[in-house]
Amino acid sequence: MSSAAVSLKEIVDAAVAEHIGSIGALMPVLHSIQDKLGFIPAEAVPMMGQALNLSRAEIQGVIGFYHDFRTEPGGEHLVQLCRAEACQAMGSRELELHVKQRLGIDFGGTTADGLFSLEPVYCLGNCACAPSVRINDGIHARVTSGQFDQLIDGLEADE
Amino acid sequence: MSRLKVFVPRDATACALGADAVAESIIEGARGRGLEIDLVRNGSRGAFWLEPMVEVETEIGRIAFGPVAPADLPGMFEAGFPGPADHALALGAVDSIDWLASQQRLTFLRAGWIDPVSLDDYRSMGGFKGLDRALKMSAQEIVDEVKESGLRGRGGAAFPTGIKWQTVLDTPSEQKYIVCNADEGDSGTFADRLLMEADPYQLVEGMTIAGLAVGADEGYIYLRSEYPHARAVLTEAISRAEQAGWLGDNIRGSGRKFSMELRIGAGAYICGEETSLLDSLEGKRGLIRFKPPLPAIEGLLGKPTVVNNVLSLGAVSTILEKGADYYRDFGTGRSRGTLTVQLAGNIRHGGLVEVPFGATLRELVEGYGGGTASGKPIRAIQVGGPLGAYLPVSQLDVTLNYGALAEAGGMLGHGGIVVFDDTVDMAQQARFAMEFCAVESCGKCTPCRVGSVRGVEVIDRIVANEDREFNLRVLDDLCDTMDKGSLCAMGGLTPMPVRSALKHFPGDFGV
Repeated sequence: MSSAAVSLKEIVDAAVAEHIGSIGALMPVLHSIQDKLGFIPAEAVPMMGQALNLSRAEIQGVIGFYHDFRTEPGGEHLVQLCRAEACQAMGSRELELHVKQRLGIDFGGTTADGLFSLEPVYCLGNCACAPSVRINDGIHARVTSGQFDQLIDGLEADE
Repeated sequence: MSRLKVFVPRDATACALGADAVAESIIEGARGRGLEIDLVRNGSRGAFWLEPMVEVETEIGRIAFGPVAPADLPGMFEAGFPGPADHALALGAVDSIDWLASQQRLTFLRAGWIDPVSLDDYRSMGGFKGLDRALKMSAQEIVDEVKESGLRGRGGAAFPTGIKWQTVLDTPSEQKYIVCNADEGDSGTFADRLLMEADPYQLVEGMTIAGLAVGADEGYIYLRSEYPHARAVLTEAISRAEQAGWLGDNIRGSGRKFSMELRIGAGAYICGEETSLLDSLEGKRGLIRFKPPLPAIEGLLGKPTVVNNVLSLGAVSTILEKGADYYRDFGTGRSRGTLTVQLAGNIRHGGLVEVPFGATLRELVEGYGGGTASGKPIRAIQVGGPLGAYLPVSQLDVTLNYGALAEAGGMLGHGGIVVFDDTVDMAQQARFAMEFCAVESCGKCTPCRVGSVRGVEVIDRIVANEDREFNLRVLDDLCDTMDKGSLCAMGGLTPMPVRSALKHFPGDFGV
């Protein structure tokens, strides 16, 4: 079912129904909405507020605090490049330059065709086989510039 | 004829190196040759330099091949795989791989041997024996056992686990909680991840024992969102443990109850700090809390709460299974049990090494690690995560225990060791430490929130030789303020990598 077929209200209500009553329900509710839509629309904030008895400021504060939560739609694929020390020791600084050039965007950006968003990440726990890149839920080890291009080419070809 | 069992790890690093494709190729290759096999997705043993490491169960025990790429498989099948093939990638019996055999595996005893989500596999290697024993003990007896083991928290702070538990036990409350800190955010560390992906029931067991020990019947695992593989394994393991009655309202008919929930973080390093983690679990911004009150007295929702790292809770199941003495007899001085070191960064043989406390940094980096991956000389080693010190090669002979590292001006932290070769620019590493702190600071206290931003600027000025002498004094002063004035270890320890880089590698700063 496409997200357009289901109203935002239904998505928020379903997320709330699943988690209401749990400790700190807001976090799993936010995850649930973002998993479905790829971001947290501004209109969802008052809906969550009403259902969870939280102020809009409280919810906005939580969304803004965590790097994972997006308030704008992202690309179809989320590319995360590890910037932490173990990856730096294996050339992630150079890889970062290449990745930004290949995608033509900086961290936080989305490609014009809407295919890729690029975000930094600080450690994927793959530090013995660095540098690491995560694309959606797939992690890639010992990534060279050439391998990165192959991964991106493959995803572009799938379109 | 019994079907051959072939093992390919489902571990995140193994998969990042192509384990899924290898598994598919093995299934196809076996089908094409009419061979009947059972393919098991085991956990990794942590010898990541050999991943994807394929194993086969044979009459002489498990034999291994690695690192295997799909393209290697036709040749391996030609040479007799899945039997004991004469092939360049054949590693022989798993027990004969010195890198693994020379380790002292307690916490990672089962890693790689078992199907992580198989309860039968877990029990066949001693699993749940600790819990069985704990179910027959009083709460105080369990706490005493953990105290006597000498176990200290493995997340980084090294606080004695038994004393923390005693505080929770002694604090009266109708509701108490067990929280597992699985927000393993330090670069260069993956021991928690490996345990959760290779042997998740050990964590389930350890948390349940903790619940029995302090009188808590609810547990939460706070897992970072950067670990999708661990999330999948834990979700399945918790569900299976519930179905089999190892979790729930009546644990294996004992009348005792303990339930567990997996929670996912959202990309904030600071949530690895226990009070910030608790706020995040409560659905708030992950801000640091003032201490006191300690979480052991006022933790989750203000209730007494045990917050322990994955490895600490894992160790508890071993301690209850084998006794406090068994665990304590490994190690030296006030560092008891085993040390789980993670060899990372520019390292030839990277992975997880579990040895008794007392090994030197050199034995790990040059011995197990085999030096750099690039083949260039080692220049710096960061021990203990992004807040740990950068050590020069002249300090390679430091012993890896809590005391000796503190004397050397560093800390053991969560046991991450990140190696850099001689191409590293240590001024840039110091700058990154400040930059990382600026990105990840929770913002509650000024020394951390503002000090880190100023730190980046001051280091830039030092490197650019703008009034260098003056700016070195400013940096020193700033580090003092962060060290002494920050609310938690994030701001308080960021000066450690900065100052150690400046002290040992002044030339990189133009000094």
